[in-house]
Amino acid sequence: MDVRKTYKLFVNGEFVRSESGRAYRPDGGQVNVPRGSRKDLRDAVRAARTAFPAWAGRTAMNRGQILYRAAEMLDGRAAQFVELLGGARARRELDQAVETLVWYAGWTDKLPQVTGTVNPVAGPYFNFTIPEPTGVVGIVAPDDAPLLGLVRRVAPALCGGNVVVAMAAESRPLPALTLAEVFATSDLPAGVVNILTGQRKELLPWLASHMDVNAIDVAGCSGEEVKAIEESAAGNVKRVIKLPEGERSPYLIAAFMEMKTVWHPIGV
Amino acid sequence: MATALSLTHLGSLMRGVRSVDEVGADERAASLAKRSIKKSSKLWALDLAIRCMDLTTLEGQDTPGKVAALCAKAVRPKPGDATVPPVAAVCVYPLRIADCVAALRGSSVRIASVATAFPSGQSFTSIKVAETEEAVRAGAHEIDMVIDRGAFLSGDYQRVYDEIVAVKEACGEAHLKVILETGELGNYDAVRRASILSMAAGADFIKTSTGKVQPAATLPVALVMMEAIRDFVRETGRPVGFKAAGGIRTAKQAIAYLVITYETLGPEWMTPDRLRLGASTLLNDVLMQIDKERTGAYQSADYFTVD
Repeated sequence: MDVRKTYKLFVNGEFVRSESGRAYRPDGGQVNVPRGSRKDLRDAVRAARTAFPAWAGRTAMNRGQILYRAAEMLDGRAAQFVELLGGARARRELDQAVETLVWYAGWTDKLPQVTGTVNPVAGPYFNFTIPEPTGVVGIVAPDDAPLLGLVRRVAPALCGGNVVVAMAAESRPLPALTLAEVFATSDLPAGVVNILTGQRKELLPWLASHMDVNAIDVAGCSGEEVKAIEESAAGNVKRVIKLPEGERSPYLIAAFMEMKTVWHPIGV
Repeated sequence: MATALSLTHLGSLMRGVRSVDEVGADERAASLAKRSIKKSSKLWALDLAIRCMDLTTLEGQDTPGKVAALCAKAVRPKPGDATVPPVAAVCVYPLRIADCVAALRGSSVRIASVATAFPSGQSFTSIKVAETEEAVRAGAHEIDMVIDRGAFLSGDYQRVYDEIVAVKEACGEAHLKVILETGELGNYDAVRRASILSMAAGADFIKTSTGKVQPAATLPVALVMMEAIRDFVRETGRPVGFKAAGGIRTAKQAIAYLVITYETLGPEWMTPDRLRLGASTLLNDVLMQIDKERTGAYQSADYFTVD
């Protein structure tokens, strides 16, 4: 029997329809995809905020294990993703996505050593700086490479201990929604990754002005959208992350981190 | 008000209490909870929710400092914004009344104290009366008493009744709220019986729960109690207030209680004199919702007080 799938949003570890009940057909296709509303976004941010302390508190090793398991799960569904992505470059995109997850899985327990510092200060203090996760990170996925583009941003954010509310590529959301199934079976706690689909124009202003979102990655946004986001983001001094699309790098992880400095008295 | 009801009269009063349609109450409460209150109506409702709020702290670890902070928040829920009204009252343990008296001098916020061996009510009547008298002497304007559920559930209505009458007398000028602890009463029929019994004994308010027992306040139970109030007022002409307490944490829940009050008891009950919402963490969520309506941006708990 041919079971046709109803694609759903991924919020708080659950696959839900949009609370608005709306759907749209991306790229004039035959598949209905939920058209998330601002209330879905609100729910996703609330779920992420709730999940944040526990995820940030996991050991680096445990976060690495979970990211590695996500890579395993993604690899296990390779055929499905290749079919969803379509085209000659599908296989290569999938392989790169798996590699990206494995690569960042290895970085979880190495980041503090590379980006952290011990600072020479003129006083009786042991002074050091370490990276700490920012909190809830909004990610706007780019439309080209709908799987790899999302993984390249979500993986570094998770690696550092942040939690994510991601907006899937508007014109090609299916790989992102299927990626949610990968995360759902990777031991990621509920709410650590939330994936929304829908119209960017409708959701972006709410994401950008949300006081409980601490950073927003604008990888998939046009120049005009970035300008509007930066204006709204000023409300709670959100970090707006504008890094060129491309290779993986520890500095991408660092972009989602806050550097915290400790002045620890010595000799007292 | 008949304060010396004889055993036979009390028995006939209790037998006369009709039973509650449980499925109907659940459905009506669920349908009223779905009502959507938006924009200016929402702002009005949130404002009313604050004016009707009993800001509560009932922990063994309450200190004078914690209570002073609570009182400051009760008087001016949002620092720097005088358009947000003070809450109706603070609700504390008897030993903390003195701290409230000092902190609330000159404000409109009233002092409510729990009494009568809160939360279990399992103590001697003489001690409950003495505790109430002490609380009133210390400066409480309102007394939240618990009924003796042990006596109620074993059918000793007379004991429950007499105790409420005695505590009411000990209250003097202070208002008496009677906590039924509906989570321990078992079913809606018992809730209705306890409501009628408390009101007949002289309660100024009837209150759902202590907040120490699960389930605490629920919408269907509130509906059953409000219908009891409505019938009691129709019978006697004496208005009795309603207080929901326990488990009310979000502005959405608070608005549901306002809707159900309006639909059951009418606009005369939409005032702090007749409606209270007892809560410890609700206020911040209401303040966040007010800011959301005013600024158009979803709010974060990072920018509100840690209580």
